[in-house]
Amino acid sequence: MNSKGFSTISRRKLLKLGAGTTAATFTALYAPSVISSDPITLRYLGTAVSMGDEVQKKLFEDTGLKVKFIAVTTDEVTKRVLTQPNSFDLVDTEYFSLPKLVPSGNILGMDTKRIKEWDNVTSIFTKGVTPSGKKVGLQGTAPSKVMYLEGSTGKSFAKDVTQYATLVPTIYNADTLGIRPDLIGRPINSWAELLNPEFKGKAATLNIPSIGIMDAAMVVEAMGEYTYPDKGNMTKAEIDLTMKIFTEAKKSGQFRAFWTDFNESVNLMASGEVVIQSMWSPAITAVKSQGKACIYQPLKEGYRAWAAGFALPKTTKGKTADAVYDFVNWYLSGWVGAYLNRQGYYSAVLPTAKKYMSEDEWGFWMEGKAAKDDILSPTGAKLASAGEKRDGGSYEDRMGGVACWNATMDENKYMVRKWNEMVAS
Amino acid sequence: MSTLKTKTFIFQPKLWWLAVPFASVFLAYFVVPLGLTIIVSFWDYTEYSIIPDFIFSNYSYIFEGCFSFEKGLCLTFKTYLSTFFFCFFTWAITLLLGFCVAYFLVFYVNSIPLQITLFLICTIPFWTSNVIRMVAWIPLLGRNGLVNDLLLSMGIVREPVEWLLYSNFSVILALVHLYTLFMIVPIFNSMLRIDKGVIEAAYDAGANQIQVITNVIIPLCKPGIIIGSIFVITVVMGDFLTIGIMGGQQLASVGKIINTEMNYLQLPGAAANSVILLVITILVIIMMTKLIDIRKEL
Repeated sequence: MNSKGFSTISRRKLLKLGAGTTAATFTALYAPSVISSDPITLRYLGTAVSMGDEVQKKLFEDTGLKVKFIAVTTDEVTKRVLTQPNSFDLVDTEYFSLPKLVPSGNILGMDTKRIKEWDNVTSIFTKGVTPSGKKVGLQGTAPSKVMYLEGSTGKSFAKDVTQYATLVPTIYNADTLGIRPDLIGRPINSWAELLNPEFKGKAATLNIPSIGIMDAAMVVEAMGEYTYPDKGNMTKAEIDLTMKIFTEAKKSGQFRAFWTDFNESVNLMASGEVVIQSMWSPAITAVKSQGKACIYQPLKEGYRAWAAGFALPKTTKGKTADAVYDFVNWYLSGWVGAYLNRQGYYSAVLPTAKKYMSEDEWGFWMEGKAAKDDILSPTGAKLASAGEKRDGGSYEDRMGGVACWNATMDENKYMVRKWNEMVAS
Repeated sequence: MSTLKTKTFIFQPKLWWLAVPFASVFLAYFVVPLGLTIIVSFWDYTEYSIIPDFIFSNYSYIFEGCFSFEKGLCLTFKTYLSTFFFCFFTWAITLLLGFCVAYFLVFYVNSIPLQITLFLICTIPFWTSNVIRMVAWIPLLGRNGLVNDLLLSMGIVREPVEWLLYSNFSVILALVHLYTLFMIVPIFNSMLRIDKGVIEAAYDAGANQIQVITNVIIPLCKPGIIIGSIFVITVVMGDFLTIGIMGGQQLASVGKIINTEMNYLQLPGAAANSVILLVITILVIIMMTKLIDIRKEL
């Protein structure tokens, strides 16, 4: 080693560099192994909704972190966490998967003291109320019921607030039925319309049992057939009843199709095969962008909500774990929040996202105000013209109108079987 | 002659090395996974884990309520019935088409280059993925699709025809489209080997064309027919993608049930269903090979 050369370089550099970067230079000079290794790349397991190319680019600019995104379906995320917990450093999963994931011990609680914006995470997650104090429906696997673990390695949910969160929330939304107003030609205001014989052969629902059953329950309740104590945790008799009603509807030809893939729902709606169906908000946007009228119809019985967040697998340790916390903190710091809000989702920390959105955007997406100018998606596609309002209105109206959450039931196995029977009927 | 060869092979262990590459591939990608599937089908499971065990409940669960017919057919029987239905029609139609195409290529196209060209044309659809070939039907058959537009504009129907898409019809149509080639190839191959002299002899003996086909060509094509049938039947028995997409996810298939169980991590249940599907498929094939001894014919 040439210690003389070393010190000259470092002195020269130290003179040039500001205090902030000194530490980095120091490490770089004195730990050659770090120089040769690449910057940390986090293996990020999640579904396709949460991580676009723009996000990765911005992440690298801001933090120097890189992400290798492993995009799979929701069910596949669960499968991976349970069967290959060492194949990723960070997972983005839905709250309703937690009753399966937590008992396995494969995910650790996230230390909320290391999350800078934790206190600003929307109270829907932490307390089950909207920011203005409106109570949110808590049927199903509501995030506020599964938010905390007793310790970082707990295998069961804590009843009270603790330091360790199961998931650090990232993205959520309130789902409802999508309709083609031009082909229906009258107002729709209830979930019961999905089984209205008027739409025989023109309705659809999804063939994902755990979500489909919740939409089915909303319909059954809206029809006045039955009121569930908890739609998200049905008894066998309640599952039978729900599936009986749907089986009869299916046999009488109510449904044009079932869909499993997001794009299928877009095609069904855009082609006019279907005029009313269970749908997800980006699918509505996709139909609209084809020039077809499509409304994410608010209904009087309320919304079915879902939420996702970050978790740390038990195999992520040391420097990688630190990088994960850096990443999560960056994710909540506003830029991504604005990016998500502009697509019609909601971000977990509202005040930071607001800083990255224009007043008009914030008014349109979050406050239910009429747009003053064209509203653009993150990719620049026009989503609404001046004067239009968001379907369902403000954040308070939409999230405050949540009736139930996506869920994993105790009788899940039975439910899947009954669902399969319905499909086979 | 052939028995002599077999013996010499068996008594020369050195030659066994020749079988090693294929045997190891077969072992690693077929025997071991199949063995594991069978083992796991006897395991217990919860929402988040599978537990080594030796229980029969995965199997009894599949057949629950299947032997008391008060409530109608159980899920498993209904599903297999629907799968057999698709299997039968796909098999019958692909066989008819495959036989006719092969017959035309072999007996009506006299120049070999033209024969090969036409044969290759048959394979062109296989240059694209089967999902694309399948999805391509949707804009054609839909409510506002090309076929309905045509029928409406010609005044043949007044309302769009609904059963063209997301129905048994569309599923069978897509399956036939996807798998006819599997019939053409082996039948074509068998027909090529038929000695033209035999056919001439049949004509000379006073047989008409129909008699030649039924008494000479079909018997001599049997191996090709059986091999093609095995291809088509095994593929359709396990299919869930085509039935799912073309049936609008509203029609049952065994593959879809296994797929759903896998997605919900009910792996031992899925394994048990797979084993049953395998057994049933093998039974069907055994029945078919009973009709003809393929090894003898080859």
